[in-house]
Amino acid sequence: MDLNWYLSLSAVLFTIGVLGVLLRRNVIVVFLSIELMLNAVNLSLVAFSQSFGDVDGQILVFFVMSVAAAEAAVGLAIVIALFRNTLSVNVDEMSLFRG
Amino acid sequence: MLEPFLFFVFATLAVSGGLGMLIARSPIASALWMVMGMIAIAGLYLTLNAAFIGVVQILVYAGAIMVLFLFVIMLLNLDETPRLSAVDWRKGAAFVLGVAVLAQLLAVVAVRVQGAANPATTGAVAEARVAATDVDALGVALLTDHAFSLEIIGVLLLGATIGAVLLAKKKLV
Repeated sequence: MDLNWYLSLSAVLFTIGVLGVLLRRNVIVVFLSIELMLNAVNLSLVAFSQSFGDVDGQILVFFVMSVAAAEAAVGLAIVIALFRNTLSVNVDEMSLFRG
Repeated sequence: MLEPFLFFVFATLAVSGGLGMLIARSPIASALWMVMGMIAIAGLYLTLNAAFIGVVQILVYAGAIMVLFLFVIMLLNLDETPRLSAVDWRKGAAFVLGVAVLAQLLAVVAVRVQGAANPATTGAVAEARVAATDVDALGVALLTDHAFSLEIIGVLLLGATIGAVLLAKKKLV
């Protein structure tokens, strides 16, 4: 299987994640899109790891997954705290820092 | 050939999972589409002979992270987002930007990376490559070359746990 197929798939998945962040207004769906982008990058890392026969790519994927788990836990806690204050998950209504 | 067949099956599932996540109006449906995409990506890791990463993908992503998402969505009791009445210019600009990102990424993919071979299929070279990246090699590298990073990740996860509990509490102490 050609390496470029995996990289192209990774690019497509990353773009879907970018579109999700840009198009959707629900903060949880924005979060899911960020996770999809992380997954797309992980896929290309594993593909490169296999193509070079180097284990470091998979180690990096392992660390990315750990950071993604930590990010999801803290991020969802922030969403809960925001929802408690604004009763909304719309990112347009979370503009407290806007001047 | 089994491998291209599996690749295209899982690739289709992963892309449709992503698109379903993007299009679904209910956040629960979005999260469930995403679970399908995550499992498909785990299948892709298996076609790349990265069994450990594939299993961790299912355990951590499809298992832990997505369950956390679903739990929060159900906790917040969200309604479906209203159907879009008109496409405003911001959506159009976002779409154009997304297509530009895709074009850039594919342009980079089109440039062949020096020394990058195709992921392993069969043969002695492929077997050596798989042996260099199996669970044994991964564990040895993780606990020798990357031992310090592993400890830091442990501290990070502890900090994230404490931070999440503090943030989600009703009143900050």
